Amino acid sequence: MSIKDRTCIAGVGLTDYYKRGQSGDKSALLLCCEAIIAACEDAGIDVEEIDGFSSYADSNSAALVAPALNIPEVRYSNSVWGGGGGGACAAVANASAAITAGFANVVVVYHAIKQSPTSRFGQAFARTGGGYGAGGTPGADFIAPFGLMSPPQMFALIVQRHMYEYGTQPEHLGSVGVTFREHARRNPKALMREPLTLDDYFASRIIAAPLRLFDCCQENDGAGALIVVSAERARDLEPRPVYIMAGAQGGHGRWGEAITDQQMPDEIYTTAGHAEVARNLFQMAGVGPEDIDVAELYDHFSGMVLLQLEDYGFCERGESGPFVAEGNIRWPDGRLPVNTHGGNLSEVYLHGTTHMVEAVRQLRGTSTAQVKDAEIALVTAGPSPIPTSSLILRR
Amino acid sequence: MATKASPYLPADIAHLNPDEITQGYWDSCSRRELAIQRCTACGHFQHPPKQICGSCRAFDLALAPTSGRGKVFTFIVVHHPVHPALGPHLPYNVALVELEDAPGVRIVTNVVDTPPEEIQIGMPVEVAWEEPHPGTVLPRFRRREVNE
Repeated sequence: MSIKDRTCIAGVGLTDYYKRGQSGDKSALLLCCEAIIAACEDAGIDVEEIDGFSSYADSNSAALVAPALNIPEVRYSNSVWGGGGGGACAAVANASAAITAGFANVVVVYHAIKQSPTSRFGQAFARTGGGYGAGGTPGADFIAPFGLMSPPQMFALIVQRHMYEYGTQPEHLGSVGVTFREHARRNPKALMREPLTLDDYFASRIIAAPLRLFDCCQENDGAGALIVVSAERARDLEPRPVYIMAGAQGGHGRWGEAITDQQMPDEIYTTAGHAEVARNLFQMAGVGPEDIDVAELYDHFSGMVLLQLEDYGFCERGESGPFVAEGNIRWPDGRLPVNTHGGNLSEVYLHGTTHMVEAVRQLRGTSTAQVKDAEIALVTAGPSPIPTSSLILRR
Repeated sequence: MATKASPYLPADIAHLNPDEITQGYWDSCSRRELAIQRCTACGHFQHPPKQICGSCRAFDLALAPTSGRGKVFTFIVVHHPVHPALGPHLPYNVALVELEDAPGVRIVTNVVDTPPEEIQIGMPVEVAWEEPHPGTVLPRFRRREVNE
């Protein structure tokens, strides 16, 4: 038995998007509740019907959210390990599994980001002596004293090696951000909508060579939520059902803490760490890369979009740079439009919730960069320490 | 050739917090000996040190001295300071170095004597010890001439 086609995403909800630190006195818990209420409204389901909670990398557990929303009974609560967005799609797969197994009927997947001025994702190990907000740690001693402190730096090491092995060029990286900006310009909610050319890209400052400013995602506050129900229930609801064809999470056992320790084996070093998840995902869905109409790929850093295109088999290993530069991921004419909402690079960075919401929009036919007759969508979460995760959705 | 002042990065980011698992590694560094953890049972090298062999799952692990020679596996050149104290040290590089006699292991470090535009993947390097605080010794690296 698998979760294939057993459940649907019936509703999606998002808060307003804020630049990091500009969500004022709204707590992360309130942001979660706002998104969940919006998702229930979208689905046409009473908030009190929620009996399951599924999240990832979020401190707002069911113990906080359920009473805040006056939920009468909780039958399922679960969170995916990890400190970033790698578990976003896994949280939806968990919701689907919980419903398929009979643990719960209406599971909400939710995640909020509200960054404090003293603890930014983009700074990670930047405190004196390193450490994720808890002072120095024995593990951080092996990286922070050498100035390796932030996610863009860690991923830039992988991108640099990919450039060396395969001849990937700076303009290939640039064309990722330029493409997603074109998509964001059609999305009224996107936070970065000014035109962006390759010249602008090359004029932008270097963050950690080979990555420039426009290779790096934004940092934002906000929240998103998705309502997962059985396929039978979804067919009785107003929105067009979006079926969860497949979900997968995990990765190579040695990917582990790869992003910080950088000890993954040579043969998987220049990947996004998604190859195993991709194989399992396509196997469950019974489709292949050629069947995907639109992909919403986690884009904290441009280069990791390239590597995901390779991990999911949209192009050969090493060929993602030219694949992107030739326009294959551009809406509306590319072979595989990617990040039709603008992605983390230009729309907003909410740890992957927005990628899942945009895939739902595509399959409902309501995206601002709608892929004509889109039937099957891929969503990914991470590159990150395992688990990374992904979903295949269909209408 | 532009050679950076010592320390390569601010001394304040090099206050170490060793525990019982990592203390031996840093002790060997303070003796200016680059020693990498090796499984006594199967010979597997791993880094940073752990309490179990990541290959055969044995618990008996020891630090094995190395020559400190290696090659650059990949590197970045940091231009954006994620901590204000790093500002005066920009741009600085971070390199992953593969060690000649500890196969499969990479060390996060810096190549301290080479301008960014001259650093290359595959470049031979050797350990160049730096003592940002008395008794705290870090394994940074410098370019190594290879006589064939």
